[in-house]
Amino acid sequence: MKNKVKYLAYPYMVWMAIFIVIPLLLVLFYSLTAGNINDPSSLSFSVNSYTRVFDVMYLKVIWKSFKLAIISTVFCLVLGYPVALIISTVKAKYKSILLMFFLVPIWMNFLLRTYAWMAILSPNGFLNRVLTLLGLPTLSIMPGQTAVVLGMIYNFLPFMVLPIYTSLSKIDRNVLEAAMDLGANNLITFLKVILPLTVPGIVSGITMVFMPAVSTFVISQLLGGGKELLIGNLIEQQFTVQRDWHFGSALSIILMVMILISMAVMSKVDTDNGDGGAPIW
Amino acid sequence: MVKFLKRFYLSLIFVFLYAPILVLIVYSFNESKSRGHWGGFTLKWYGELFRDRDIIKALYYTFLVALLSSIISTVIGTFSAIGIHNFGIFGKNIALNINYLPVLNPDIVTGVALMTLFISMNMRLGFLTMLISHTVFNIPYVILSVLPKLKQMNKHMTEAALDLGATPSYALRKVIIPEIMPGVITGALIAFTLSIDDFVISFFNTGSGVTNLSILVYSMAKRGVKPSINALTTLMLLTVVILLLLINRRTTKGDELIP
Repeated sequence: MKNKVKYLAYPYMVWMAIFIVIPLLLVLFYSLTAGNINDPSSLSFSVNSYTRVFDVMYLKVIWKSFKLAIISTVFCLVLGYPVALIISTVKAKYKSILLMFFLVPIWMNFLLRTYAWMAILSPNGFLNRVLTLLGLPTLSIMPGQTAVVLGMIYNFLPFMVLPIYTSLSKIDRNVLEAAMDLGANNLITFLKVILPLTVPGIVSGITMVFMPAVSTFVISQLLGGGKELLIGNLIEQQFTVQRDWHFGSALSIILMVMILISMAVMSKVDTDNGDGGAPIW
Repeated sequence: MVKFLKRFYLSLIFVFLYAPILVLIVYSFNESKSRGHWGGFTLKWYGELFRDRDIIKALYYTFLVALLSSIISTVIGTFSAIGIHNFGIFGKNIALNINYLPVLNPDIVTGVALMTLFISMNMRLGFLTMLISHTVFNIPYVILSVLPKLKQMNKHMTEAALDLGATPSYALRKVIIPEIMPGVITGALIAFTLSIDDFVISFFNTGSGVTNLSILVYSMAKRGVKPSINALTTLMLLTVVILLLLINRRTTKGDELIP
C-alpha cells in the first residue's frame, strides 16, 4: 500500500518541475546572459546585468526598498503586538467577533484597500478636504514616502497581528500564574514569560510583513505616484516597459537571495530561542 | 483605567482599519463625480456598476479563475499530499522544499518567472496562463494544510481497513479522505481567497483582454477611477461581513478560518 500511494504524488512532481523549477532556472539563465531574447542564438554568457545593479541609482532604489520595508515592519510590530495582546485577553465570546472584524479588511481586495488611501491622501482627497473645511493648511503626503509607508502598514498590519495572536493563545495560563505566584509583577511576567514565548509569532509576523513590503510595486506606484521607485517597480518595468529580461531577471534573483538570507537569519533567531528557552536579552 | 486604555487603543486601530473603507462607502453615494466634492445623495453608481461591462467582465474572470483554480489545486494538492506523506525522508524533504518555493518567493518573482516560461513556450498570455499560474501558487497552500492532518492520523487505520478487506482505493475514499477533510476544506478556502485577491501574479500572466478585478482597479487607479468602483467596494464589504457572520454563527470558533 505504502509504495503504491507514493505514485499519487508523481504527477505533481512533474508539475513542480515544469512550473516551479524550470521558470526559476529560466530567470537565472536570463540573468546570466545578454542578447536578444527572441533570438536564442544571439544569447551569450554575461554578468553584465549583475554589474549594472551596482550603479548608484539602482543601489539607492534597493536601499530605499529595504528602508521603507523595515520602517513599516517596525510600525506593524509596535502597533500590532498590543492589538494581539488585547484581543487575547478579552472574554471568549467577544474574541471571535473582534478577530472577525480585524479580518474583514484583509478579505477585501488588496487593490481597493490601497485605492482607498489614494482617495484619502491625494492632494484634493478626503483629508485635505476636511482640513480646508476646518480652516487648516492642507498636507501633501501623497505622492511621497510617508504615503507609501502608511499604505504598507495598513495592508500588512493584520499579517503581524494574527501570528502573534496565535502564539499568545497557545501560552499555558498556568505558566503565567506560576510567574505571578513566584513574585513577578505584570511587567516582569510580560518581559520574561510572555514575550519570549511569542518570539515564534513575532518572527513569522515580521516575515509576513517584511516580504510583501520589500517586494511590492503596487503600493509604491499608486501612493508614491511613480516617483518613489522600489525594487519591485524596477523589476516590473524591465518586464513590461523596457523589455530587458536580462536586467529584470538579475534584479529578481538579487531580491530572492536577499529575502532568503533575511529569512534564514530570522529563523535562526527563532530556533536559537526555541531550543534552550534562553532569554534573548 | 487599564481597561479604558485597552478599549481606546483597540478603537483607534479599528478606526485606522475601517476609515478608508468608510470614506469609499460615503463616496459611493455621492452625486458628484469628483472625489473632493459632495453633490448630494444618489444610488446611480450602483446602477452604473451593473451596466459597466468592464467591471462585470473582470468580476466574471475573477470568480471563474478562483473557482476553477481552487477546485483543481484542491484535488491535485490533496492527492499529492497523500503521496508525499508516504515518501521516504529524502524524497519528502526535496518535494516539500520545492513545494515551499512559491510560498517563500515574493509574488513578483513567481509572476515574472512564470511569464518567462509561458513566453518561452510561445503560449499566448490570457485566460489559460492566468488559470495555470493561480493553480501553481495555490497547490502549495493546499498541500501545507492537508499534510498536518495526515500526520495526526492514526497510521494503523489504513492498515486496519486493508486487513479487513478494503481495496486501496476504497480505503482512500472511506478512511483517509474523511479523516483529512478539515485540512482539505481549509486548503480549498485559502486557495479561493488567495486567487480572488491576487494581483501581482495575474498582472504578469494575463493578456488578450482577460483581466481580473485587481488588474482593473490598478489600471483605473493610474488613470482615474470610476465612482462605480466605490459602489463595488461597498457591496464587497457587505458580502464579506455577511459571509463571515454566517460562518461565525455556524462554527462559533472563528479561529478556524484564519489561514
